Amino acid sequence: MTDQAQLLPGTLDLLILRAVSLGPLHGYGILLRIGQISGNALLIEQGALYPGLFRLVRQGLLKANWGTSENNRRAKFYELTAAGRRRLREETANWNRLVTAIASALSVQPEEV
Amino acid sequence: MKLLAALSLRIATLFQRSQINAEMEEELRSHIQHRADDLARDGLDRAEAERLACIEFGGRERIKEECHEALGGNFLDTLLQDVRFGFRVLRKSPSFTAAAVVTLALAIGANAVVFGVLDALILRPLNVPQAESLYGTEYGLDPGFQSYPNYLDLRDRNRSFEDLAAFNFVFAGLDTGKNPSTATGFAATGNYFDVLRIQPYLGRFFHSSDEQGPNSAPFLVLSYAYWHSRFQDDRGVVDRTIQVSKHPFTIIGVTPPEFRGSLLFVSPDFLIPIVNQDQVNGENILNARGDTHPIFEAIGHLKPGVTPDQAVADVNAVGAYLEKTYPKEFGQKSSTLGRAGLTSFDSAVRQFVTGLMLLAGLILLAACANLGGLFAARAADRSREVALRLALGSSRKRILRQLLTEAVLISLVGGAAGLAGSVVLLRRLSTWQPFPSAPIHLPVSPDAKVYVVALVLALVSGLLFGIVPVRQVLRANPYEIVKAGSSGRVGRRLTVRDALLVLQIAICAVLVTSSMVAVRGLVRSLHGNFGFELHNAMLVGTNLAMAGYSGDRVPAMQRRMIHAMEAIPGVERVGLVNNYPPLVYGAGSRVSVFKEETRDLRPANADPRIVLATMGGPPALEPAERDERDAETLVTAALNGTSLPHY
Repeated sequence: MTDQAQLLPGTLDLLILRAVSLGPLHGYGILLRIGQISGNALLIEQGALYPGLFRLVRQGLLKANWGTSENNRRAKFYELTAAGRRRLREETANWNRLVTAIASALSVQPEEV
Repeated sequence: MKLLAALSLRIATLFQRSQINAEMEEELRSHIQHRADDLARDGLDRAEAERLACIEFGGRERIKEECHEALGGNFLDTLLQDVRFGFRVLRKSPSFTAAAVVTLALAIGANAVVFGVLDALILRPLNVPQAESLYGTEYGLDPGFQSYPNYLDLRDRNRSFEDLAAFNFVFAGLDTGKNPSTATGFAATGNYFDVLRIQPYLGRFFHSSDEQGPNSAPFLVLSYAYWHSRFQDDRGVVDRTIQVSKHPFTIIGVTPPEFRGSLLFVSPDFLIPIVNQDQVNGENILNARGDTHPIFEAIGHLKPGVTPDQAVADVNAVGAYLEKTYPKEFGQKSSTLGRAGLTSFDSAVRQFVTGLMLLAGLILLAACANLGGLFAARAADRSREVALRLALGSSRKRILRQLLTEAVLISLVGGAAGLAGSVVLLRRLSTWQPFPSAPIHLPVSPDAKVYVVALVLALVSGLLFGIVPVRQVLRANPYEIVKAGSSGRVGRRLTVRDALLVLQIAICAVLVTSSMVAVRGLVRSLHGNFGFELHNAMLVGTNLAMAGYSGDRVPAMQRRMIHAMEAIPGVERVGLVNNYPPLVYGAGSRVSVFKEETRDLRPANADPRIVLATMGGPPALEPAERDERDAETLVTAALNGTSLPHY
């Protein structure tokens, strides 16, 4: 557990969008999916997911519908809207730019300067 | 469009709160169930799995709160929640609530009443067009009083006023054929309505062109209020002739409803041309230059570009001319200009009402200090509740918001109660006649301005005393407080409350002292030594002019009245006086008193220490032998005694 990384502020929304982009999911499912696609390397407080979900719904990036889960329980399923898909693309590009920049900055050797 | 959508979402969230709440609850429960399913699959028994899932999930109430915040529509929502909770909490401690509400109601009520008076007398100009350039002159021997010939000279010789009108009071018996009754009117110069720029509501007004010498214009203009109450809005009154103090006058018009005369304290029932004043008041004033009572006030609009200071210099120049030309009749005093409406009372009223407003403000401040202390004490008593809420994950901001909401709730309820009381009081004030025989009233009417001021005062004071416990809450350490129990007190709290207490005591000391001074003054003036026995003295008021008596017929009638009264069993002595204090509002004239060695008997040489006020009109005392003795006694009493304020 201790080797899990803290989330950077703002990245939870991106992870939720990404997780949902792979198919409609309920809240717990999103959590599991994030764990799965991140190799369980990120520490996410379970409840903290929900304010993020409500915010994304309010922004029109996700839409939610009640359905039945694989455990045969009632659950609210989230899926991406068109706006959500667009936002995911933009945010992914932004993230990649950021990561590349920071990674190259961090990997610079003294002789390269 | 986007804004509209956002707004509708907010309103929708507000009304669907319970549904949203239920859905949220179900969603979170579903999450925990799914988690528990997984844990159970790993081998835990169901109960243990659910317990663990709950723990892993985190503070559910806090998360729900955050979700609501994420949904927006939160401000109103939280407010409603706070208000509901506030009402519940306040209902739980009714005595605290009642004390706070009553304290505030009194404080805000007092402020609203005083502001209502301030608004009526100072903030609101006279209800005539362009009132801001309308000034009244104080000029001549006495401020506000001058003779008719002097007024004419001032009107024609000044270069500052567009035109100058003047008026005086008349007290008349109005006889329309049935139910004769007394009424108070203005005797106004012909240009009065034109100077004030008033148009008739009905019929026409009289103008300068109607003035063709003494008693040439027997016309009468009714005020709207009097027309409404006495003539029941009868449009046929125009051109009807009625008896005014036994003289025929023709009703020619009605003033507009909003016009209440050029004085704030006294609104006339009717107006007649001043050239006909003699008929109603039974005395000839048009040529008496030395008689300084026929004009109560001269008013006019300043010419554009003329400052009040220039106008004062101008009026003084006319005064100097008059003193040189008529040294026997005219004693010039430097004159000033006053705002029309209050005349020479202007600065006195201003000072009085401003002082009153200051005191009312102090009362409110004391109330705030008091309530601040109460709230701080209450917050200390509720420290366990606050600590518990903090421990359960409530944010300090949220708790403060709730406490402030409570304070504002109390202040609004108190403010509403105070306002309701003040409206009742103001309504009564506006119909109150301080002197039964004088048409003096306060033109107060609670309007939107008063409501707004009361509301703002309530809100501000609510925030003011609500803010006192803030530091206390911000510093609260839930762990310490819960551990120490409700008896836990920290020294710092006491110092804030002590300071408030000191402030409160200081303010109250000022208020109590000032009210004591006022009451003492009142008592002193009520039990003043008038130099004669007040006890068992009865007053009978008559106005012979109203009954059409004038000239030589007056003393004869007075003699008959005295004899008739002496014949009443139990009556010891009967005297006659023209007017009595404090009701010297009427046309009063002053007599110059000279030192024995003075030879040049012009007003300017009068002994300034003695001002003998007698009331105008025929001799004050009937010239029968016995009554003459009374007259002497009275004058001596007046000179020796302390009754005359100027002496």
